[in-house]
Amino acid sequence: MEKLLLLGAEAIAQGAIDGGMSGIYAYPGTPSTEITEYVQNNKTAIERNIHRQWSANEKTAMEAALGMSYAGKRAMVCMKHVGLNVAADAFINSAITGVNGGLIVTVADDPSMHSSQNEQDSRFFGKFAMIPILEPSNQQEAYDLAYEGFDLSEKYKVPVLLRITTRLSHSRAGIERQPLKSENKISYPEDPIQFVLLPSNARKRYKGLLAIQSLLEQASENSDYNTYYPGRDKSLGIIACGIAHNYLLENFPGRNCPHPVLQIAQYPIPYSKIEKIVNECERILVLEDGYPFVEEQLRGFLEINSKIIGRLNGIIPRDGELNPDIVARALGKEVKIYHSVPEIVKNRPPELCSGCSHRDIYNALNETMLEFGKQKVFSDIGCYTLGALPPWNAINSCVDMGASITMAKGAADAGIRPSVAVIGDSTFTHSGMTALLDCVYENTPVTVIISDNSTTAMTGGQASHATGRLEEICIGLGVKPEHVRVLTPLPKYHDEMVKVLREELNYEGVSVIIPRRECIQTATKTKKEIKVKNVEVQS
Amino acid sequence: MKSDIILSGVGGQGIVSIAATISMAALENNLFIKQSEVHGMSQRGGAVQSHLRISQEEISSDLIPLGKADLIISVEPMESLRYLPWLSENGWLVTNTTPFINIPDYPDLKEILGEIEKLPHHIAINADEIARQVKSPRSSNMVMLGAASPFLDLPYGFLESGIKKIFGKKGEKVVQLNIDALKAGREFAIEHKKS
Repeated sequence: MEKLLLLGAEAIAQGAIDGGMSGIYAYPGTPSTEITEYVQNNKTAIERNIHRQWSANEKTAMEAALGMSYAGKRAMVCMKHVGLNVAADAFINSAITGVNGGLIVTVADDPSMHSSQNEQDSRFFGKFAMIPILEPSNQQEAYDLAYEGFDLSEKYKVPVLLRITTRLSHSRAGIERQPLKSENKISYPEDPIQFVLLPSNARKRYKGLLAIQSLLEQASENSDYNTYYPGRDKSLGIIACGIAHNYLLENFPGRNCPHPVLQIAQYPIPYSKIEKIVNECERILVLEDGYPFVEEQLRGFLEINSKIIGRLNGIIPRDGELNPDIVARALGKEVKIYHSVPEIVKNRPPELCSGCSHRDIYNALNETMLEFGKQKVFSDIGCYTLGALPPWNAINSCVDMGASITMAKGAADAGIRPSVAVIGDSTFTHSGMTALLDCVYENTPVTVIISDNSTTAMTGGQASHATGRLEEICIGLGVKPEHVRVLTPLPKYHDEMVKVLREELNYEGVSVIIPRRECIQTATKTKKEIKVKNVEVQS
Repeated sequence: MKSDIILSGVGGQGIVSIAATISMAALENNLFIKQSEVHGMSQRGGAVQSHLRISQEEISSDLIPLGKADLIISVEPMESLRYLPWLSENGWLVTNTTPFINIPDYPDLKEILGEIEKLPHHIAINADEIARQVKSPRSSNMVMLGAASPFLDLPYGFLESGIKKIFGKKGEKVVQLNIDALKAGREFAIEHKKS
């Protein structure tokens, strides 16, 4: 079969389609966005009408995927690592309800925070939920594990966490496909109260989850993806998780590592294989792209296993993405650098695009705030977070999706006047609506600027649930119609924007200002592309 | 046959089109490929880079180790210098000389070109100008690929067929404009690599 050149993210999408998936649910988030986008544009997915529209947020996505699983069909839900925090309630409980159709929760972690607020490691969430975790080391394994993950989920009747990191998600390689499977037919759960987590039933379900733990451990022991490679030099044994295995082999010509190596791609940790390598070797180097998840479990609190080395003893930096050079140094190899970066090279941070509407609203806001004082603007996750950088220095917070409005509320409760929130349209419908309702409930004096570029811009211009209904949402939540003000953010309307901002900043109640102009990136896409997109949205 | 290549530029300059052409050429010829890209926030006018590895043998790491890149292809002169620690001892640096200035403290172009001149193996080419000369002003990235082609461990014909495969949908004319740009870049590099 012809090889496909796919990103790791796309390989997962293709694997899930070929594995008989009936629906994918997701909210865009780097580095996970391309999984769903691939399904949206895939011929088989379109022919089969696999569900592939975006969800409002990761929690709604997780729940909808669980609903599809309830109906007996195979579903995947995708998100970035911090998205799993949003979906956590549904995620943890889905392990207790168990599944009917196979359910894969794909989470893309972002060590080194290329595009994120933190570098949390989702494997902890998988362990917390007590479900199997799959961690592919390369694009082919990403395909294969997505393809086979549904079987694993259906065999043990629990969701499966598929964990990748940025590097695998955003790197291409050739992929060989497996035969296309048919989709599951609708079937109801055998037990009609399987999904009813009333305490009496939840206790039963939880005991069931505990009871299968030994089976999940056995599955890891027997997994073809947890491979023990013998080696003659037993002064060091290496445990390499996921993509770390590649960085290890990069350091040995011909991929011949002289040390025993245990490659881990399926969790729970395979106990006997670990026991074997630990007993055999003098020291154990643990390589993982993320937190010291395996290393910490092996060392234990009392550090009886002092022969375990890795991020916790400092031979590998405690934070940041792994790479072949870090692994080389941990192996005691020299990393040679022949050319250094000349001093004249300057930083080039990302910036708001030329012609972007956020620029105009920040210009107006900054001028207005001169009258009201500094450090009163709370913001959120999106392109507009770049307003924190020069030349604007316009915002004072960026914490999590939707937090701008709620933090502005808390600051207003504390007495800060005016208290301002700047949030994007897609972030608002993701997690800002309930925050606004809190403000309405108490008529808290906050000014919420929903900078509406009618797309999810930061991740590449996905559809926004807010498009065409923002005013109705705000008024429906109880904001007074006269305090919902729509502006056109263009330099020529600067004075008008300042005037409206001033009026609302002086108002002792909830006001919403909606500067609305389409994202310059989506606006400049060719007409043809836009046409294709519209057809897809309607299908 | 093995080439480890760093591609660099500024978000929005389209370095992925160069990577995609090389990868397509390599895939058609059953070589192993790893092509690491930047998505997300950095794409907004920030410094971007892509690690591209092609080989007859299986490739392990998606990232090229420091000091091991055979080639840096940069569509922007200052960005070409940012990734020098990855360049191997005898590696080539091939860069466009047209600056992309979107920061207030962008250094003097003469100083940048001076730093490039210090490298033992380099090609500095005004790809925008050459693209205009061959009447294909939007193909400066293909000029860059052409300029890098003598240093790629890949037969030149593979690149032309890669272009045909990628741009084929857009019609014969677009394919030809890109191939013209590729050739012009290649000729420039062959002429200048001896000096």
